[in-house]
Amino acid sequence: MRLTGTKTLSMIAALGMGVSSALHPAMAEDETIKVGVLHSLSGTMAISETTLKDAMLMLIEQQNAKGGLLGKQLEAVVVDPASDWPLFAEKARELIEGEQVSVTFGCWTSVSRKSVLPVFEELNSILFYPVQYEGEESQRNVFYTGAAPNQQAIPAVDYLKDQGVERWVLAGTDYVYPRTTNKILEQYLKDSGVAAEDIMVNYTPFGHSDWQTIVGDIKKFGSAGKKTAVVSTINGDANVPFYKELANQGVEATDIPVVAFSVGEEELAGLDTEPLVGHLAAWNYFMSADTEANDEFITAWQEFTGDEDRVTNDPMEAHYIGFNMWIKAVEAAGTTDADAVIDAMVGVAVPNLTGGYSAMMPNHHITKPVLIGEIQDDGQFETVFETSGLVPGDAWSDFLPDSAPLISDWREPMACGNFNTETGKCGSAM
Amino acid sequence: MLRMFRSVIAFVGLLQLAMLVPAHGQANDDAALRGEIARLAEADFRGVEAVVQSLASTGDPAVTSVLRALRSGDVYWRKSDKLVVIGEKAPGRSLLLTDPLTGEEIETVKKRETKKVKVNNTLRNAIDAALGGLTLRASDPAIRMQAAAQMFAKPEPKALPALDAAIAAESDPDVASAMRDARAVLILKSSEADKADALDAIARMVARGDAEARNALASITSDDAEITEGAALGIEKIDTSLRYWGYGQNIWQGISLGSVLLLAAIGLAITFGVMGVINMAHGELVMIGAYTTFAVQEFIRNSAPGLFDTSLFIAAPLAFLIAGTVGICIERGVVRFLYGRPLETLLATWGVSLILQQAVRTIFGPNNREVGNPSFMSGAFELGGLTITWNRLWIVIFALVVFFALMFVLKRTALGLQMRAVTQNRAMAADMGIRTGWVDAMTFGLGAGIAGLAGVALSQIDNVSPNLGQSYIVDSFMVVVFGGAGNLWGALAGAFTLGIANKFLEPFSGAVLAKVLVLIFIILFIQKRPRGLFALKGRAVDA
Repeated sequence: MRLTGTKTLSMIAALGMGVSSALHPAMAEDETIKVGVLHSLSGTMAISETTLKDAMLMLIEQQNAKGGLLGKQLEAVVVDPASDWPLFAEKARELIEGEQVSVTFGCWTSVSRKSVLPVFEELNSILFYPVQYEGEESQRNVFYTGAAPNQQAIPAVDYLKDQGVERWVLAGTDYVYPRTTNKILEQYLKDSGVAAEDIMVNYTPFGHSDWQTIVGDIKKFGSAGKKTAVVSTINGDANVPFYKELANQGVEATDIPVVAFSVGEEELAGLDTEPLVGHLAAWNYFMSADTEANDEFITAWQEFTGDEDRVTNDPMEAHYIGFNMWIKAVEAAGTTDADAVIDAMVGVAVPNLTGGYSAMMPNHHITKPVLIGEIQDDGQFETVFETSGLVPGDAWSDFLPDSAPLISDWREPMACGNFNTETGKCGSAM
Repeated sequence: MLRMFRSVIAFVGLLQLAMLVPAHGQANDDAALRGEIARLAEADFRGVEAVVQSLASTGDPAVTSVLRALRSGDVYWRKSDKLVVIGEKAPGRSLLLTDPLTGEEIETVKKRETKKVKVNNTLRNAIDAALGGLTLRASDPAIRMQAAAQMFAKPEPKALPALDAAIAAESDPDVASAMRDARAVLILKSSEADKADALDAIARMVARGDAEARNALASITSDDAEITEGAALGIEKIDTSLRYWGYGQNIWQGISLGSVLLLAAIGLAITFGVMGVINMAHGELVMIGAYTTFAVQEFIRNSAPGLFDTSLFIAAPLAFLIAGTVGICIERGVVRFLYGRPLETLLATWGVSLILQQAVRTIFGPNNREVGNPSFMSGAFELGGLTITWNRLWIVIFALVVFFALMFVLKRTALGLQMRAVTQNRAMAADMGIRTGWVDAMTFGLGAGIAGLAGVALSQIDNVSPNLGQSYIVDSFMVVVFGGAGNLWGALAGAFTLGIANKFLEPFSGAVLAKVLVLIFIILFIQKRPRGLFALKGRAVDA
């Protein structure tokens, strides 16, 4: 029922989008470099992805104001895959074959990324993926500018261990990202000596809204005399009722802190954060980062959107980094040809918004600082911990037996996304 | 670190015993305090913790305001001269700076010109413990109560002498009792308490009988057999009673979930149950109600912040009217041309639901909107071993009120009579002079309006986003089909049965499986009783 519903929904919405994008006349057809933007503007994921579309439009506008790229203007081609995973593949094909885009920035959920992977591979085009994800992937045509688990989850757990946490609740929405992340974390915790009875794993359906039982369970689990923390991979819409229930049942951050990997400034905008002060989130960027570059970015963003309360968030920074990397690589290669750009990408380093440089690594992941922030009463995060250096993204987790021997290096002569160091061959048993 | 902290707390205790001595050398103390506070500028977490400890050790009540401000993250230092101040948010991203000790206003500056003294959870705990020690002898019993609760939650055995002194001086019996509870926990935590005291403490915890008490008993470190045995027995006793309270908690949570289902379904019980229209836009009508609440709150926030607690009372009738009007438009514009063609009605109303969703997305944006809880709907209270959150309680009451009001409209008013007449035998009703078209529109509007009311309630527990309705549409149909279409009592019984069943399944099977099991149960149930729990009998069935 639900599935067919979403599908019908997205088809109608897609129809609508098609009409509206046809209304925008393409400017100077041959003298532009086209940049595809593949983010859902309708359906369940619109809540997160619309912002990224706007961020891309702003970055492209800024670049054009600086004189474009290779002497040409950039032109954004926006399509709406409407939160419908198969439609992502169709829209990706439309962008690459129909619109002849040089590069695409897009996707949010892992399942949408998995859906477009074969398209980008087949048509040999480039995708920049800006969201933190579960890892266990490295593809030649994709550049992962969001965090891999070792750039978000593991440092967060380390921080909490440092704060004396001994009991762990791993709570997540029931799909691939939380399941894989929790599998990695569970193994990591057990390896570091946490007993199995001190770990509670809990999954809930998408959009879960009745958290009474689970928050009650968490309270009970946390009253066993050991310091307890919740590691939350709860996704999207389910977070608001979860935090409301926490606040109402009086679970305070000083007793049972919740560290979330999917809650950023955007998500907090729908919440009264007063009772949530002290709960944590782990990201690679916070809007509160105190740097010149970040100030400029925020000012530009608020001017672009015409809303001086508009917040910025981590995936936006990922697009900022990815876009600048692509610009640099294209300038280095002197062409937008996919193969040349892919080769030129590795090693490119651009400034990020937290005061350092992020570099593209041979496994197509980037180096990032890891920040742990506490929620403040104004809906912002205050950084309470920052890794001393940049953390390189690890495509294949060392804490899963199947992926531990795998490495990824897209440079010649290896040019392989899942090289097995045990068998010495490209390609895993998985 | 911890040891030092403990001795500091003990020192605080001693100081407090000596507090009867009048203040001495005010000016010197002031300078010393200012010296300490100045160290907050550029301090890291450890540095701040050291300042907190030394401030607490002064035992000077003047520092409580600084510590409170520090805990809520309101202490800043000016970048230009590293002056440590308390900052209060002022319009235009600026701060009103005040002196940390005297509270005198200094100036208003841009936020960028200051830096916040950061606190983390560890520090908040340290501040809480310090405040607990500092405020045990405060003059306001509410503050003393808070201090006792803080000591109970964050026991620090070295604070025992201070606590004993406070108990001896305490005049309010409730506060004294809370302090004795805290004392019992301190004794159980400390390793050198004497045996009689420890046994007393165990008895006290068993009498208290809640999860925290169990927690305190479980953390006993003594190696005395009698004490550990007493604690083990106590834990067993508490566990048994907690288990029964657990069932009670399940039932309460089931009722609460049921009330949410009831609210979502009750409007559908009219449009689908009574009129037979498969209205896929029902969820979006709920969403409209929620957005009405948002709009009302936004208006109140901007123009009359003092009225915030009344926002829901204003929003409820408005939501009813707006959703009802939209419902009437849907009925007049779409549904009435499709009576008797359920499949087309389904598709058409689905289309309407998409239009409404995208319209809201265009007007309000795709992001969640913040709907605040009025103060009477925040927090929770304990009833025996039950934790009952206020918002859930009010929603249960609201659902029942709406239900009985609707019952009243259907059974006791002219409109209700006409509605029933039209649905039971349209031709006959028309012959009697009832404007059936008008009654159809009113009935649909009533169902839609009630969906709007549901939206007001749901905005209190769920997020207000364009997708709000989608997550309730399946549940609503489930309740109506299970309860028996056309019967409001069926919807009531169906909602609460499903809610309670879900909550009893959840602890064993997890939330995902519980939902699946409930669905399977309904499918099997419908095979057996295709017309639901309360099937309508007689002529109406064939109408």
